[in-house]
Amino acid sequence: MSELAFREPSFLVDAIRIARKDLLIEFRTRSGFLSAAVFALLSLAIFRFSWDPTAVTSVDLAPGVLWVIFTFAGLLGLNRSFNVEQVDRAMDALLASPVSREAVFAGKALGNLVFVVAVQLLALPTLALFFGLRVGPEWWGVLAVAVLAAVGFVAVGTLFAAVASNTRLAEMLLPMLALPFFVPVLIPAAQATSSLLAGRPLSEVLPELKILGAFDIVFVAACTLAFPFTLEE
Amino acid sequence: MPSATTPAVPSHSQRAGAWCGALVAEGVTRKYGGRAVVNDVSLQLSAGDCLALFGPNGAGKTTLLRMLGGLLRPTRGRVTLHGRELPGEAETRRLLGVISHKSMLYDALTVRENVLFAAECQGLRNAAAATDAVLEKLLVRDRANTTVRLLSRGLQQRVSIARALVHGPSLVLLDEPYTGLDETGARALTDALRALKANGATVVLITHNLSEGLALATETAIMRNGQFVHRMTRPDSEYDVTQYATLYRELVAGGE
Repeated sequence: MSELAFREPSFLVDAIRIARKDLLIEFRTRSGFLSAAVFALLSLAIFRFSWDPTAVTSVDLAPGVLWVIFTFAGLLGLNRSFNVEQVDRAMDALLASPVSREAVFAGKALGNLVFVVAVQLLALPTLALFFGLRVGPEWWGVLAVAVLAAVGFVAVGTLFAAVASNTRLAEMLLPMLALPFFVPVLIPAAQATSSLLAGRPLSEVLPELKILGAFDIVFVAACTLAFPFTLEE
Repeated sequence: MPSATTPAVPSHSQRAGAWCGALVAEGVTRKYGGRAVVNDVSLQLSAGDCLALFGPNGAGKTTLLRMLGGLLRPTRGRVTLHGRELPGEAETRRLLGVISHKSMLYDALTVRENVLFAAECQGLRNAAAATDAVLEKLLVRDRANTTVRLLSRGLQQRVSIARALVHGPSLVLLDEPYTGLDETGARALTDALRALKANGATVVLITHNLSEGLALATETAIMRNGQFVHRMTRPDSEYDVTQYATLYRELVAGGE
Protein backbone atom coordinates (compact mmCIF):
# COMPACT_ATOMS: atom_id res chain seq x y z
CA MET A 1 0.00 0.00 0.00
CA SER A 2 3.06 2.27 0.02
CA GLU A 3 2.07 3.73 -3.36
CA LEU A 4 -1.06 5.34 -1.92
CA ALA A 5 -1.11 9.12 -2.17
CA PHE A 6 -3.21 11.38 0.02
CA ARG A 7 -4.51 14.91 -0.25
CA GLU A 8 -4.95 17.36 2.58
CA PRO A 9 -8.45 17.28 4.14
CA SER A 10 -10.66 20.09 2.87
CA PHE A 11 -13.55 21.28 5.03
CA LEU A 12 -15.72 22.20 2.06
CA VAL A 13 -14.97 19.11 -0.04
CA ASP A 14 -15.58 16.80 2.94
CA ALA A 15 -18.84 18.57 3.86
CA ILE A 16 -20.15 18.38 0.29
CA ARG A 17 -19.21 14.69 0.09
CA ILE A 18 -21.14 13.91 3.28
CA ALA A 19 -24.15 15.93 2.12
CA ARG A 20 -24.07 14.20 -1.28
CA LYS A 21 -23.94 10.80 0.41
CA ASP A 22 -26.89 11.66 2.68
CA LEU A 23 -28.94 12.95 -0.25
CA LEU A 24 -28.10 9.86 -2.30
CA ILE A 25 -29.34 7.66 0.56
CA GLU A 26 -32.48 9.80 0.83
CA PHE A 27 -33.00 9.63 -2.93
CA ARG A 28 -32.69 5.83 -2.84
CA THR A 29 -34.95 5.25 0.16
CA ARG A 30 -37.19 8.35 -0.11
CA SER A 31 -38.43 7.51 3.38
CA GLY A 32 -37.70 10.91 4.92
CA PHE A 33 -38.94 13.04 2.04
CA LEU A 34 -42.05 10.95 1.46
CA SER A 35 -43.12 11.14 5.08
CA ALA A 36 -42.41 14.90 5.19
CA ALA A 37 -44.27 15.47 1.90
CA VAL A 38 -47.27 13.42 3.01
CA PHE A 39 -47.30 15.25 6.34
CA ALA A 40 -47.13 18.66 4.61
CA LEU A 41 -49.86 17.88 2.08
CA LEU A 42 -52.13 16.25 4.64
CA SER A 43 -51.73 19.14 7.09
CA LEU A 44 -52.47 21.67 4.34
CA ALA A 45 -55.59 19.74 3.39
CA ILE A 46 -56.77 19.59 7.03
CA PHE A 47 -56.17 23.31 7.53
CA ARG A 48 -57.94 24.02 4.25
CA PHE A 49 -61.08 22.09 5.14
CA SER A 50 -61.24 23.41 8.70
CA TRP A 51 -60.80 27.01 7.51
CA ASP A 52 -63.77 29.35 7.66
CA PRO A 53 -63.11 32.13 5.08
CA THR A 54 -65.74 34.34 6.70
CA ALA A 55 -63.93 34.31 10.04
CA VAL A 56 -60.32 34.81 8.92
CA THR A 57 -58.82 35.72 5.56
CA SER A 58 -56.46 33.38 3.78
CA VAL A 59 -53.65 35.95 3.92
CA ASP A 60 -53.94 36.09 7.72
CA LEU A 61 -54.09 32.31 8.17
CA ALA A 62 -51.59 31.09 5.58
CA PRO A 63 -48.29 32.30 7.19
CA GLY A 64 -49.03 30.46 10.44
CA VAL A 65 -50.07 27.31 8.61
CA LEU A 66 -46.96 27.47 6.47
CA TRP A 67 -44.49 27.75 9.35
CA VAL A 68 -46.18 25.09 11.45
CA ILE A 69 -45.86 22.74 8.48
CA PHE A 70 -42.25 23.72 7.70
CA THR A 71 -41.26 23.16 11.30
CA PHE A 72 -42.76 19.72 11.80
CA ALA A 73 -42.04 18.43 8.29
CA GLY A 74 -38.43 19.60 8.75
CA LEU A 75 -38.19 17.73 12.05
CA LEU A 76 -39.01 14.49 10.25
CA GLY A 77 -35.96 14.95 8.01
CA LEU A 78 -33.72 16.03 10.88
CA ASN A 79 -34.66 12.95 12.86
CA ARG A 80 -33.58 10.76 9.99
CA SER A 81 -30.25 12.44 9.27
CA PHE A 82 -28.39 10.73 12.11
CA ASN A 83 -30.39 7.51 12.03
CA VAL A 84 -28.50 6.44 8.90
CA GLU A 85 -25.24 6.85 10.82
CA GLN A 86 -26.42 4.99 13.92
CA VAL A 87 -27.98 1.82 12.48
CA ASP A 88 -24.67 0.11 11.74
CA ARG A 89 -22.45 2.61 13.55
CA ALA A 90 -21.25 4.19 10.31
CA MET A 91 -20.58 7.33 12.36
CA ASP A 92 -17.65 5.54 14.03
CA ALA A 93 -15.99 5.04 10.66
CA LEU A 94 -16.55 8.70 9.85
CA LEU A 95 -15.10 9.84 13.16
CA ALA A 96 -12.08 7.58 12.81
CA SER A 97 -11.35 9.13 9.39
CA PRO A 98 -9.41 12.37 8.82
CA VAL A 99 -12.68 14.25 8.19
CA SER A 100 -13.04 16.94 10.86
CA ARG A 101 -16.00 16.92 13.23
CA GLU A 102 -16.92 20.38 11.97
CA ALA A 103 -17.01 19.11 8.37
CA VAL A 104 -19.29 16.25 9.47
CA PHE A 105 -21.64 18.83 10.98
CA ALA A 106 -21.51 21.05 7.90
CA GLY A 107 -22.18 18.07 5.61
CA LYS A 108 -25.11 16.89 7.69
CA ALA A 109 -26.53 20.43 7.89
CA LEU A 110 -26.11 20.95 4.16
CA GLY A 111 -27.96 17.71 3.39
CA ASN A 112 -30.72 18.73 5.82
CA LEU A 113 -30.94 22.18 4.22
CA VAL A 114 -31.55 20.66 0.79
CA PHE A 115 -34.19 18.40 2.35
CA VAL A 116 -36.00 21.27 4.12
CA VAL A 117 -35.88 23.54 1.04
CA ALA A 118 -37.28 20.69 -1.08
CA VAL A 119 -40.20 20.34 1.36
CA GLN A 120 -40.70 24.13 1.23
CA LEU A 121 -40.74 24.08 -2.57
CA LEU A 122 -43.49 21.48 -2.44
CA ALA A 123 -45.50 23.17 0.31
CA LEU A 124 -45.45 26.76 -1.02
CA PRO A 125 -47.36 26.20 -4.30
CA THR A 126 -49.73 23.79 -2.54
CA LEU A 127 -50.47 26.47 0.04
CA ALA A 128 -51.17 29.01 -2.70
CA LEU A 129 -53.48 26.54 -4.42
CA PHE A 130 -55.40 25.42 -1.31
CA PHE A 131 -55.87 28.91 0.12
CA GLY A 132 -56.46 30.69 -3.18
CA LEU A 133 -53.54 33.05 -2.67
CA ARG A 134 -52.59 35.42 -5.44
CA VAL A 135 -49.30 34.31 -7.03
CA GLY A 136 -47.08 37.28 -7.82
CA PRO A 137 -43.51 38.51 -7.50
CA GLU A 138 -43.91 38.72 -3.70
CA TRP A 139 -43.50 34.94 -3.64
CA TRP A 140 -39.81 35.33 -4.45
CA GLY A 141 -39.58 37.28 -1.20
CA VAL A 142 -41.47 34.52 0.64
CA LEU A 143 -39.09 31.94 -0.81
CA ALA A 144 -36.08 34.03 0.26
CA VAL A 145 -37.49 34.28 3.81
CA ALA A 146 -38.14 30.53 3.84
CA VAL A 147 -34.59 29.69 2.75
CA LEU A 148 -33.05 32.21 5.15
CA ALA A 149 -35.06 30.79 8.04
CA ALA A 150 -34.21 27.25 6.94
CA VAL A 151 -30.49 27.93 7.47
CA GLY A 152 -30.92 28.74 11.18
CA PHE A 153 -33.55 26.02 11.58
CA VAL A 154 -31.27 23.39 10.08
CA ALA A 155 -28.20 24.48 12.06
CA VAL A 156 -30.01 24.13 15.40
CA GLY A 157 -31.93 21.05 14.28
CA THR A 158 -28.82 19.22 13.10
CA LEU A 159 -27.04 19.87 16.38
CA PHE A 160 -29.94 18.58 18.47
CA ALA A 161 -30.52 15.66 16.11
CA ALA A 162 -26.94 14.60 16.86
CA VAL A 163 -27.57 14.91 20.61
CA ALA A 164 -30.85 13.00 20.40
CA SER A 165 -29.45 10.27 18.16
CA ASN A 166 -27.34 8.95 21.04
CA THR A 167 -30.46 8.28 23.07
CA ARG A 168 -33.22 5.69 22.79
CA LEU A 169 -35.89 8.38 22.66
CA ALA A 170 -34.41 10.29 19.71
CA GLU A 171 -37.69 10.96 17.91
CA MET A 172 -39.36 12.32 21.02
CA LEU A 173 -36.34 14.16 22.35
CA LEU A 174 -35.48 16.14 19.21
CA PRO A 175 -38.65 18.30 19.16
CA MET A 176 -38.41 18.87 22.90
CA LEU A 177 -34.81 20.05 22.64
CA ALA A 178 -34.99 21.93 19.36
CA LEU A 179 -38.39 23.66 19.32
CA PRO A 180 -37.52 26.34 21.93
CA PHE A 181 -34.42 27.22 19.88
CA PHE A 182 -36.47 27.47 16.67
CA VAL A 183 -38.57 30.30 18.12
CA PRO A 184 -36.10 33.15 17.35
CA VAL A 185 -36.10 32.01 13.72
CA LEU A 186 -39.77 31.18 13.35
CA ILE A 187 -41.21 34.43 14.73
CA PRO A 188 -39.47 36.85 12.31
CA ALA A 189 -39.96 34.36 9.47
CA ALA A 190 -43.73 34.16 10.09
CA GLN A 191 -43.98 37.95 10.48
CA ALA A 192 -42.07 38.56 7.23
CA THR A 193 -44.17 35.97 5.38
CA SER A 194 -47.36 37.59 6.66
CA SER A 195 -46.27 41.04 5.48
CA LEU A 196 -45.19 39.78 2.05
CA LEU A 197 -48.39 37.80 1.46
CA ALA A 198 -50.37 40.93 2.44
CA GLY A 199 -48.71 42.65 -0.51
CA ARG A 200 -46.24 44.80 1.41
CA PRO A 201 -42.92 45.56 -0.36
CA LEU A 202 -39.73 43.69 0.48
CA SER A 203 -38.23 46.83 1.99
CA GLU A 204 -40.83 46.65 4.77
CA VAL A 205 -39.63 43.28 5.93
CA LEU A 206 -35.94 44.19 5.96
CA PRO A 207 -35.81 44.31 9.80
CA GLU A 208 -37.09 40.72 9.96
CA LEU A 209 -34.63 39.64 7.26
CA LYS A 210 -31.78 41.24 9.23
CA ILE A 211 -32.87 39.40 12.38
CA LEU A 212 -33.02 36.14 10.44
CA GLY A 213 -29.56 36.76 8.96
CA ALA A 214 -28.12 37.53 12.38
CA PHE A 215 -29.62 34.40 13.93
CA ASP A 216 -28.34 32.35 11.00
CA ILE A 217 -24.79 33.55 11.58
CA VAL A 218 -24.97 33.01 15.34
CA PHE A 219 -26.63 29.59 15.11
CA VAL A 220 -24.35 28.27 12.37
CA ALA A 221 -21.21 29.39 14.21
CA ALA A 222 -22.36 28.23 17.66
CA CYS A 223 -23.69 24.87 16.45
CA THR A 224 -20.54 24.14 14.42
CA LEU A 225 -18.40 24.77 17.49
CA ALA A 226 -20.70 22.79 19.80
CA PHE A 227 -21.12 19.77 17.53
CA PRO A 228 -17.86 17.93 18.41
CA PHE A 229 -18.98 17.83 22.07
CA THR A 230 -22.23 16.07 21.14
CA LEU A 231 -20.18 13.13 19.89
CA GLU A 232 -18.64 12.40 23.28
CA GLU A 233 -20.15 9.39 25.01
CA MET B 1 8.84 3.80 22.06
CA PRO B 2 7.69 7.36 21.56
CA SER B 3 10.45 9.88 22.04
CA ALA B 4 10.18 12.77 24.47
CA THR B 5 9.60 15.16 21.62
CA THR B 6 6.58 14.51 19.42
CA PRO B 7 7.73 12.76 16.28
CA ALA B 8 6.24 13.49 12.91
CA VAL B 9 3.54 11.08 11.82
CA PRO B 10 5.16 8.60 9.46
CA SER B 11 4.25 8.52 5.83
CA HIS B 12 3.05 5.25 4.35
CA SER B 13 6.50 4.52 2.96
CA GLN B 14 8.06 5.13 6.38
CA ARG B 15 5.79 2.72 8.21
CA ALA B 16 7.31 -0.63 7.39
CA GLY B 17 9.31 -1.47 10.47
CA ALA B 18 10.66 2.01 10.98
CA TRP B 19 8.57 2.82 14.05
CA CYS B 20 8.61 1.29 17.49
CA GLY B 21 5.99 1.91 20.16
CA ALA B 22 3.44 2.71 17.47
CA LEU B 23 0.51 2.41 19.84
CA VAL B 24 0.90 3.27 23.52
CA ALA B 25 -1.83 3.23 26.16
CA GLU B 26 -0.89 4.55 29.59
CA GLY B 27 -3.10 3.82 32.60
CA VAL B 28 -6.25 3.99 30.53
CA THR B 29 -9.46 3.98 32.56
CA ARG B 30 -13.05 4.46 31.46
CA LYS B 31 -15.83 4.87 33.96
CA TYR B 32 -19.57 4.86 33.42
CA GLY B 33 -21.54 6.19 36.39
CA GLY B 34 -18.66 5.57 38.78
CA ARG B 35 -18.08 2.01 37.60
CA ALA B 36 -14.76 1.40 35.84
CA VAL B 37 -15.46 -0.61 32.66
CA VAL B 38 -11.77 -0.43 31.79
CA ASN B 39 -9.45 0.04 34.74
CA ASP B 40 -5.85 1.24 34.50
CA VAL B 41 -4.83 -0.65 31.37
CA SER B 42 -1.42 -0.01 29.82
CA LEU B 43 0.10 -1.47 26.68
CA GLN B 44 2.76 -0.76 24.08
CA LEU B 45 2.69 -2.18 20.60
CA SER B 46 5.27 -1.71 17.89
CA ALA B 47 4.98 -1.76 14.13
CA GLY B 48 4.14 -5.28 12.95
CA ASP B 49 2.78 -6.37 16.35
CA CYS B 50 -0.57 -8.07 16.65
CA LEU B 51 -2.29 -8.15 20.02
CA ALA B 52 -5.07 -10.72 20.32
CA LEU B 53 -7.43 -9.66 23.07
CA PHE B 54 -9.57 -12.35 24.65
CA GLY B 55 -12.13 -12.20 27.42
CA PRO B 56 -15.73 -12.92 28.31
CA ASN B 57 -18.61 -10.63 27.38
CA GLY B 58 -18.58 -7.46 29.45
CA ALA B 59 -14.86 -7.67 30.19
CA GLY B 60 -14.28 -4.19 28.69
CA LYS B 61 -12.60 -5.28 25.45
CA THR B 62 -14.75 -3.17 23.10
CA THR B 63 -14.52 -0.12 25.37
CA LEU B 64 -10.73 -0.48 25.42
CA LEU B 65 -10.63 -0.87 21.63
CA ARG B 66 -12.76 2.26 21.17
CA MET B 67 -10.36 4.20 23.36
CA LEU B 68 -7.37 2.85 21.41
CA GLY B 69 -9.03 4.17 18.25
CA GLY B 70 -9.81 7.58 19.72
CA LEU B 71 -13.55 6.93 19.42
CA LEU B 72 -13.98 7.17 23.16
CA ARG B 73 -12.11 9.50 25.48
CA PRO B 74 -10.58 7.80 28.54
CA THR B 75 -11.73 9.02 31.93
CA ARG B 76 -8.08 8.72 32.96
CA GLY B 77 -4.87 7.94 31.13
CA ARG B 78 -3.94 8.54 27.50
CA VAL B 79 -3.56 6.75 24.21
CA THR B 80 -0.96 7.81 21.67
CA LEU B 81 -0.29 6.67 18.15
CA HIS B 82 3.23 7.42 16.99
CA GLY B 83 3.50 9.85 19.90
CA ARG B 84 0.33 11.76 19.04
CA GLU B 85 -2.70 11.65 21.29
CA LEU B 86 -5.87 10.25 19.74
CA PRO B 87 -8.27 11.21 18.19
CA GLY B 88 -5.73 13.89 17.24
CA GLU B 89 -5.09 15.50 13.92
CA ALA B 90 -6.38 14.34 10.55
CA GLU B 91 -2.91 13.01 9.73
CA THR B 92 -2.99 10.74 12.80
CA ARG B 93 -6.53 9.50 12.19
CA ARG B 94 -5.54 8.59 8.64
CA LEU B 95 -3.37 5.83 10.12
CA LEU B 96 -6.42 4.13 11.66
CA GLY B 97 -8.58 1.33 10.35
CA VAL B 98 -11.51 0.19 12.50
CA ILE B 99 -13.53 -2.98 11.99
CA SER B 100 -16.33 -3.97 14.31
CA HIS B 101 -19.05 -6.61 14.45
CA LYS B 102 -21.31 -3.75 13.29
CA SER B 103 -20.72 -3.22 9.58
CA MET B 104 -20.29 0.61 9.72
CA LEU B 105 -21.80 0.66 6.22
CA TYR B 106 -24.72 2.52 4.67
CA ASP B 107 -27.16 -0.18 3.63
CA ALA B 108 -28.85 1.92 0.92
CA LEU B 109 -25.55 2.41 -0.92
CA THR B 110 -23.80 -0.14 -3.10
CA VAL B 111 -20.65 -1.98 -2.07
CA ARG B 112 -18.53 0.25 -4.29
CA GLU B 113 -20.19 3.48 -3.14
CA ASN B 114 -19.54 2.57 0.49
CA VAL B 115 -15.87 1.77 0.02
CA LEU B 116 -15.33 4.71 -2.35
CA PHE B 117 -16.91 7.05 0.19
CA ALA B 118 -14.53 5.73 2.85
CA ALA B 119 -11.55 6.07 0.49
CA GLU B 120 -12.49 9.67 -0.33
CA CYS B 121 -12.98 10.49 3.35
CA GLN B 122 -9.46 9.17 3.95
CA GLY B 123 -8.26 11.64 1.34
CA LEU B 124 -6.97 9.07 -1.14
CA ARG B 125 -6.05 10.72 -4.42
CA ASN B 126 -6.62 7.55 -6.42
CA ALA B 127 -9.73 6.55 -4.46
CA ALA B 128 -11.44 4.68 -7.31
CA ALA B 129 -8.40 2.52 -8.09
CA ALA B 130 -7.78 1.81 -4.40
CA THR B 131 -11.46 0.85 -4.00
CA ASP B 132 -11.29 -1.62 -6.87
CA ALA B 133 -8.03 -3.08 -5.56
CA VAL B 134 -9.33 -3.68 -2.04
CA LEU B 135 -12.63 -5.13 -3.30
CA GLU B 136 -10.57 -7.53 -5.41
CA LYS B 137 -8.43 -8.48 -2.42
CA LEU B 138 -11.47 -9.17 -0.22
CA LEU B 139 -13.13 -11.15 -3.04
CA VAL B 140 -16.19 -8.91 -3.33
CA ARG B 141 -15.47 -7.08 -6.57
CA ASP B 142 -18.14 -9.10 -8.37
CA ARG B 143 -20.69 -7.59 -5.93
CA ALA B 144 -19.44 -4.03 -6.38
CA ASN B 145 -22.76 -2.72 -7.70
CA THR B 146 -24.97 -4.61 -5.26
CA THR B 147 -26.76 -2.64 -2.57
CA VAL B 148 -25.30 -3.54 0.83
CA ARG B 149 -28.79 -4.26 2.22
CA LEU B 150 -29.09 -7.19 -0.20
CA LEU B 151 -25.86 -8.87 0.92
CA SER B 152 -25.56 -11.67 3.44
CA ARG B 153 -24.06 -10.88 6.86
CA GLY B 154 -20.75 -12.45 5.87
CA LEU B 155 -20.46 -10.48 2.64
CA GLN B 156 -21.35 -7.28 4.48
CA GLN B 157 -18.52 -8.02 6.88
CA ARG B 158 -16.09 -8.45 3.99
CA VAL B 159 -17.18 -5.10 2.56
CA SER B 160 -16.74 -3.56 6.00
CA ILE B 161 -13.19 -4.94 6.10
CA ALA B 162 -12.54 -3.51 2.62
CA ARG B 163 -13.84 -0.15 3.85
CA ALA B 164 -11.43 -0.17 6.79
CA LEU B 165 -8.37 -1.33 4.85
CA VAL B 166 -8.79 0.71 1.64
CA HIS B 167 -6.27 3.35 2.75
CA GLY B 168 -3.64 0.91 4.05
CA PRO B 169 -3.89 1.86 7.73
CA SER B 170 -0.90 1.38 10.06
CA LEU B 171 -3.10 0.66 13.10
CA VAL B 172 -5.95 -1.77 12.54
CA LEU B 173 -8.46 -2.29 15.34
CA LEU B 174 -10.76 -5.27 14.94
CA ASP B 175 -13.70 -6.12 17.16
CA GLU B 176 -14.83 -9.68 16.47
CA PRO B 177 -14.20 -9.30 12.73
CA TYR B 178 -14.71 -13.01 12.00
CA THR B 179 -18.37 -12.87 13.07
CA GLY B 180 -20.52 -14.06 10.18
CA LEU B 181 -17.61 -14.80 7.83
CA ASP B 182 -17.54 -18.06 5.92
CA GLU B 183 -14.27 -19.94 5.40
CA THR B 184 -13.38 -17.99 2.25
CA GLY B 185 -14.10 -14.67 3.91
CA ALA B 186 -12.18 -15.63 7.04
CA ARG B 187 -9.18 -16.67 4.95
CA ALA B 188 -9.33 -13.43 2.94
CA LEU B 189 -9.38 -11.45 6.18
CA THR B 190 -6.50 -13.42 7.70
CA ASP B 191 -4.46 -12.95 4.50
CA ALA B 192 -5.19 -9.23 4.47
CA LEU B 193 -4.17 -8.90 8.13
CA ARG B 194 -0.96 -10.89 7.58
CA ALA B 195 -0.09 -8.63 4.64
CA LEU B 196 -0.74 -5.53 6.76
CA LYS B 197 1.42 -6.90 9.59
CA ALA B 198 4.20 -7.70 7.16
CA ASN B 199 3.93 -4.15 5.87
CA GLY B 200 4.50 -2.81 9.40
CA ALA B 201 0.92 -2.28 10.55
CA THR B 202 -0.02 -2.73 14.21
CA VAL B 203 -3.08 -4.89 14.78
CA VAL B 204 -5.33 -5.20 17.81
CA LEU B 205 -7.80 -8.04 17.44
CA ILE B 206 -10.72 -8.89 19.72
CA THR B 207 -12.07 -12.35 19.16
CA HIS B 208 -13.77 -15.15 21.05
CA ASN B 209 -12.10 -17.69 18.79
CA LEU B 210 -8.76 -18.55 20.40
CA SER B 211 -7.28 -20.35 17.39
CA GLU B 212 -8.03 -17.44 15.02
CA GLY B 213 -6.50 -14.98 17.46
CA LEU B 214 -3.46 -17.08 18.20
CA ALA B 215 -2.82 -17.69 14.50
CA LEU B 216 -2.18 -13.97 14.00
CA ALA B 217 -0.98 -12.80 17.39
CA THR B 218 2.51 -11.82 18.42
CA GLU B 219 1.13 -10.94 21.80
CA THR B 220 -2.00 -11.99 23.68
CA ALA B 221 -3.97 -10.61 26.57
CA ILE B 222 -6.90 -11.94 28.54
CA MET B 223 -9.20 -9.33 29.96
CA ARG B 224 -11.63 -9.65 32.85
CA ASN B 225 -13.51 -6.99 34.80
CA GLY B 226 -11.80 -4.19 32.88
CA GLN B 227 -8.23 -5.34 33.48
CA PHE B 228 -5.62 -7.56 31.88
CA VAL B 229 -5.40 -10.73 33.95
CA HIS B 230 -2.85 -12.40 31.70
CA ARG B 231 -0.43 -11.21 29.03
CA MET B 232 1.98 -13.19 26.94
CA THR B 233 4.48 -12.29 24.22
CA ARG B 234 5.85 -15.16 22.20
CA PRO B 235 6.70 -15.97 18.62
CA ASP B 236 3.76 -17.38 16.62
CA SER B 237 5.16 -20.92 16.55
CA GLU B 238 5.18 -21.31 20.35
CA TYR B 239 1.45 -20.88 20.87
CA ASP B 240 -0.39 -24.01 21.81
CA VAL B 241 -4.11 -23.53 21.36
CA THR B 242 -5.15 -26.34 23.73
CA GLN B 243 -2.89 -25.15 26.53
CA TYR B 244 -3.98 -21.59 26.05
CA ALA B 245 -7.64 -22.59 26.05
CA THR B 246 -7.17 -24.33 29.40
CA LEU B 247 -5.43 -21.28 30.82
CA TYR B 248 -8.19 -19.02 29.47
CA ARG B 249 -10.93 -21.14 31.02
CA GLU B 250 -9.16 -21.12 34.40
CA LEU B 251 -8.65 -17.38 34.39
CA VAL B 252 -12.07 -16.44 33.12
CA ALA B 253 -14.03 -19.00 35.11
CA GLY B 254 -12.05 -18.05 38.22
CA GLY B 255 -13.47 -14.56 38.16
CA GLU B 256 -17.10 -15.39 37.51
